[in-house]
Amino acid sequence: MSKKNIEITVRCLLFLCSIISLMILVGIGYFLFKNGFSAFIENGLGNFIFGKTWNISKNVYGVYPLILGSLFVTTGSIIVSAPIGISVAIFMTDIATSDIKKIIGPCIELMAGIPSIVFGLVGMIFLVPLIRENFSPPGYSLIAAIIVLIVMTMPTIITLSEDSLRSVPRQYKEASYALGATKWQTVWNVTLPAAKSGIIGAVILGMGRAIGEAMAVYMVIGNAFKIPNSLFDPSRTLTSNIVGQIEEAALNSQHMHALFACGIILLIFVFLFNGISFKMRKVV
Amino acid sequence: MKDKLYSKDLSLWYGKKQALKNVDFSFKDKSITAFIGPSGCGKSTYLRCFNRMNDLIATVNIEGEVVYNGIDINGKDADPVEIRKKIGMVFQQPNPLPKSIYENVAYGPKIAGIKKKKTLNDIVEKSLRKAAIWNEVKDELKKSALALSGGQQQRICLARTLAIEPEIILMDEPCSALDPIATAKIEQTMLDLKKDYTIVIVTHNIQQAARISDQTAFMLLGELVEHGTTKEMFEKPINTETSDYINGRYG
Repeated sequence: MSKKNIEITVRCLLFLCSIISLMILVGIGYFLFKNGFSAFIENGLGNFIFGKTWNISKNVYGVYPLILGSLFVTTGSIIVSAPIGISVAIFMTDIATSDIKKIIGPCIELMAGIPSIVFGLVGMIFLVPLIRENFSPPGYSLIAAIIVLIVMTMPTIITLSEDSLRSVPRQYKEASYALGATKWQTVWNVTLPAAKSGIIGAVILGMGRAIGEAMAVYMVIGNAFKIPNSLFDPSRTLTSNIVGQIEEAALNSQHMHALFACGIILLIFVFLFNGISFKMRKVV
Repeated sequence: MKDKLYSKDLSLWYGKKQALKNVDFSFKDKSITAFIGPSGCGKSTYLRCFNRMNDLIATVNIEGEVVYNGIDINGKDADPVEIRKKIGMVFQQPNPLPKSIYENVAYGPKIAGIKKKKTLNDIVEKSLRKAAIWNEVKDELKKSALALSGGQQQRICLARTLAIEPEIILMDEPCSALDPIATAKIEQTMLDLKKDYTIVIVTHNIQQAARISDQTAFMLLGELVEHGTTKEMFEKPINTETSDYINGRYG
């Protein structure tokens, strides 16, 4: 083959690969809507989203408690993991010596790679009994899911915040130090404001991770279909609802449609989060 | 009487590479000292020793003394934050913070704990006047400093340095990114400031050293080759390398 032909073949192959990944995404969206959209019609859009009953035998499906559950675990975990994650990122970029970085850096990467079911297992055998015995039964609760998600979203927030803190030009920091600023004054007045949009993007991407997590949440949240009254109440999220019921749902039943519709709502949330995050991180 | 600022037997390494070799030099008060020499001769590194900017680079090792007001600034008792308040610096690339003109100039006084609006306003105006840029920016102090031209940015950086009321101003090739008109303005400002401040400038521009400095020092490969009054240095340099460099015959 001539050089030119190789060039053209490679280009076509690469293009094909990228088209395939795009088609998979479109395909997933299509499949979700095909199977789930009828739930909006069968129940009525308003009744489905704001309904508080989920009754399989009567074929009545409302997901309001699930949406709330998902939003509760997401905000609950992010409120804690964002400040901790950002602090770790600041420590890693501006304070830690290279020896400490060499230890903590890989640990964070490893933490990001731990399969979610492992977090779920640890939560189930360690966290749930702890909550049951020290606070309030049954232990399977909103707070258990929040704690598991705090740990799971932290690596995302740390690594992405670190990236944007690191991309703050060195000249800014030098300017601040040269004017007699301490390290902390420099971080607070110069580095953080300059990295702000990237850090917000990181936090929102962490929220995307939290709202989309299924298995680990399913294993510790108790999966009770109700709006929780306290952090120690069992609850249910859009994701854990799907995990818990998809096996028993009959193909093409209204039940199945409702579960797929949960997936549609999740997809919309995640698109929203990722979109905002992408926009914020691009501003830098 | 000992001079206010001097280095004694100062050597510096970046990792294994030696960048400064036993530099002894003493600065004259209320005058302009220029450091000249080819790129990589260590003159910027030397300048950065005086406000401990090299602290920010992890691999740096320093031996010898840098003495300011009788204190070794690399010593255990020396506080880099306090030193930097007395020895200010203007960098090669104009580096205003991504804040308004006002906030840039008020930054130093603010972190030093000055909170009163009136006091800050006075400091900002006084500093901008001294840096000869007040008339250009007085109506747009809220504007981002990044929106100004390079020459204006550099004078904002100078004003910002003056706002912390240092005794000594270090200038690291302050005009290398500027056009001739902006350069002339900075030079004029430096000459005006000389009566109140000790100014040290590192420059690639030999004519600039000749125009504004009172003393000139020539560095080569990390060593201080020759120094003296600017007049002597330019009229009858002792060292052949110095005269080669001044006459443009050096690399």
